[in-house]
Amino acid sequence: MNYKLMGRFQAMLFGAIAVFMVPAMILCFADGDKTAGLSFLYVLLGCAAVAGGLFLFCKDAAQGFFAKEGFVCVGVAWILISIISALPLFISGCVPTYVDALFEMASGFSTTGASVIADVESLPRGILYWRSFSHWLGGMGILVFLLAVIPSEGKKQGFAMHLMRAETPGPSVGKLVPKIKKTASILYATYVILTVINFIFLLFGMPAFEALCTAMGTAGTGGFGVKNDSIAGYGDYVQIVTTVFMFLFSINFGCYYLVLIGKFKNVLKDEELRVFLFIVFGSIAMITANLLISDKGYTSFGETLKDAAFQVASIVSTTGYSTADFNLWPAFSKAVLLFLMVIGACAGSTGGGLKCSRLLILVKGVARNFKQALHPQKVATIRINNKTVEEKTVENTNAYFVAYMSIIVVSFLLISLDKFVNGDPTTAFTAVLACFNNIGPGLAGVGPTANFSGFSAVSKIIFVFDMLAGRLEIYPILVLFSKRVWKRA
Amino acid sequence: MKITIAGCGKVGESLTAILSAEGYDVTVIDEDKSTLDNIVESFDVITLNGNCASMEVLEEAGIKDTDLLIAVTDSDEVNLLCSATAHSLNPKLHTIARIRNPEYTGQIYKMRDTFSLSMVFNPDRQAAVEIDRLLKYPGFLKRDTFAKGRLEIVELKLEEGNPFCGTKLYSLSEKTKCRVLVCAVVRDGVSYTPDGNFVLEEGDRVFVTADAADLSVLLKEFGIVTKKAHRVFIIGGSRIAFYLAKMLSARGVGVKLVDRSKERCEELADVLPPDVDIICADATQTSLLESEGMDASDAVITMTDLDELNILLSLYADSVKVPQIITKLSRIEDGKVTDSLPIGSIVTPKKLCCNNIVRYVRAMRQKTGAAISVHKIADGEAEATEFIVDAATHHVGEELSQIKMKPGLLLAGIMKDDRIEIPDGHSKFEVGDTVVVVSGRDGVILELNDIFAD
Repeated sequence: MNYKLMGRFQAMLFGAIAVFMVPAMILCFADGDKTAGLSFLYVLLGCAAVAGGLFLFCKDAAQGFFAKEGFVCVGVAWILISIISALPLFISGCVPTYVDALFEMASGFSTTGASVIADVESLPRGILYWRSFSHWLGGMGILVFLLAVIPSEGKKQGFAMHLMRAETPGPSVGKLVPKIKKTASILYATYVILTVINFIFLLFGMPAFEALCTAMGTAGTGGFGVKNDSIAGYGDYVQIVTTVFMFLFSINFGCYYLVLIGKFKNVLKDEELRVFLFIVFGSIAMITANLLISDKGYTSFGETLKDAAFQVASIVSTTGYSTADFNLWPAFSKAVLLFLMVIGACAGSTGGGLKCSRLLILVKGVARNFKQALHPQKVATIRINNKTVEEKTVENTNAYFVAYMSIIVVSFLLISLDKFVNGDPTTAFTAVLACFNNIGPGLAGVGPTANFSGFSAVSKIIFVFDMLAGRLEIYPILVLFSKRVWKRA
Repeated sequence: MKITIAGCGKVGESLTAILSAEGYDVTVIDEDKSTLDNIVESFDVITLNGNCASMEVLEEAGIKDTDLLIAVTDSDEVNLLCSATAHSLNPKLHTIARIRNPEYTGQIYKMRDTFSLSMVFNPDRQAAVEIDRLLKYPGFLKRDTFAKGRLEIVELKLEEGNPFCGTKLYSLSEKTKCRVLVCAVVRDGVSYTPDGNFVLEEGDRVFVTADAADLSVLLKEFGIVTKKAHRVFIIGGSRIAFYLAKMLSARGVGVKLVDRSKERCEELADVLPPDVDIICADATQTSLLESEGMDASDAVITMTDLDELNILLSLYADSVKVPQIITKLSRIEDGKVTDSLPIGSIVTPKKLCCNNIVRYVRAMRQKTGAAISVHKIADGEAEATEFIVDAATHHVGEELSQIKMKPGLLLAGIMKDDRIEIPDGHSKFEVGDTVVVVSGRDGVILELNDIFAD
């Protein structure tokens, strides 16, 4: 393990957090909220000091950075940033216990959007901004951000690839252009531009501050609202804009780059995108029909379609905003939403879940095995976008699926022990799904109108693990528990 | 600048390493996925899996806005096809292709024009030329030539008992009776850019700048008494051996060439002049080497396909006191491993051709004051770059002692119209001079004005 080089990255991370806290602090002071402002100031100064110290200590880091270091570096960074960013919430007294604050910020950075705070509207604006900003940064990735802004150092730049791989979701992460710094910059530039467009659209329907927070929450597919009733209180215009942007942010950002360089045809032919659109439109149609024939008070087609589309977009993009209490919907609609929770968004987007491309590889793999069962000598490759998927990627995807299911099962069993669950496995199960897939709200006890504050501290720690593991796609968090990783050789 | 490298063998990988470190946007195409995985994890480049001669792959690699294509797959024909196809897709593209089949040697310039290649290179021939140069001046481990052959940077090894061991560098010129400048020293695998107080030690490999006319004086002063090789013993009938044997026999040097394969020997006997002795035998049998008189030859060159075997054979040659030994190493690059072994000069073909290509790439930038040639020295840890002083150069006409230069740099020589100056505080730059600058690996100097601190 190259501890010093990793230390240098963590130092930069601390520095970045300190800088990012400045706007939140200014907002607090501007609103005259001295306690919150000072709590940001203390943490900010602490971060800056640690960053400086660590940087000096790790100055003479050797080269040599491999896949293992990449995973550990990313895992540690995300745990650290959750721990530190929770401090202002706790110190300012906005959240009563530190575990609650940790849950809230881990939920923020992992773009989950599950909250323990019932009355969001009473929070200072600085804290609200900080929560929403964590979604935005967590969506595209903290280390990808650092890769985009820090000057490229060292002659061998291959190590940066390990960081990007560990942080970016998807079965096979590639570059857009030869230079990793440029790749990261293109991704972030696209992200910023889309966020700004979203913000401008929202300005026509809500005040600037709320528009900013909502835009950041949508961009990161997070889901923290600034109102107690999430998006439901806003007019149709805001709801439709948000629906559209939730979709846009759950598409692979590589597609936007292809559009940018004029390869629009390749985007239209992209198999993952097609499957994603098929799932989305199919789900909207099924839920709309189901709601209309049910007796849940849905009569107007337009109104029903709008609610169904919003909820589908919110769940499939793993954002977690809500305009209707889907907990009251008929069982079939809930079943569709549960399915969407697991599938999640496209690879290379800011959304969570299993990812469409993985689903595609898994389903094609099953189809191939089925054919091979009938014709044992048959040789077949799995092709996506007319390109053969490497057997290694197929194997990794299968293994990932097993790991994914195992974590859900273990977490479900542990959460079921919590008193808050109150004999209803739906609450426990959907709470785990909602956290692990970075969605936010689940069903029953954790539905869109409820929150996670009732769970015990132990359960919340498990959720924090699930949220981070879900955002980083398991391995970067899981390797931290392996003793061998920490040994020198 | 965008560069595509087609084929990722030994040369392809070295080029990827050097060019990506210099900040170019590099795309690597290869048919083997695992090689590419390895590349993308080591260097900041993008990779593409496929056949580099196919239009579809080239288009996906973005050949239309690429500036340079370097085709270095292991097949000459694929290299040519790849370059020609790419050029047809993008007429502005510069193309460099590796052509190594000796049968094409005669038509290489014709091919360059037919396939509109910007440059053709043959690493085997280059290696042979390099070895031939070393044989002309035994005693130097390596020679790099600047200013059309007037200035050289040569590598010497300070053997036990050399009179210069323990000498401080500033007193070196007095002792050698000719103007020399030590521009780099490799000690235990680490390279140093020395100043005047640096003390030379036994076992150091020293890189010295000198006027080409002073080379023989330098050798004599360094206590290295040698005579030019008249009988050369080559082990391994590689392509390099073919070119080398041909060159040497043309110069009237006696050549004995040993190879194990009967077939290869017959091929060589077919194409080489009859005065080259071709022996089909296993060179690991010392009795054979004895009976063929290896110990009586002036130089032994080991260039079988196996690095390990070459090292062993060179060690044996050293044990029977052959005056000059040249070892070809293809894979082992680390000076730390080979420094302590008495295996003479080391020739690494891929390094030679990488140097040439890097030189070409830098020249493509076509800025005023851009480097006209670049040589990697001291195991690639330092770089000697040649510039021409032009009107845009700063500080023309000022004494060097008045100019502040960046740290870690060394002016190795200034070539005036009529003479060569090994620079000191009173030297001046004048328009039209050729300047050689030596820099460490972190301070790549792309144009002459980069050397000034202000």
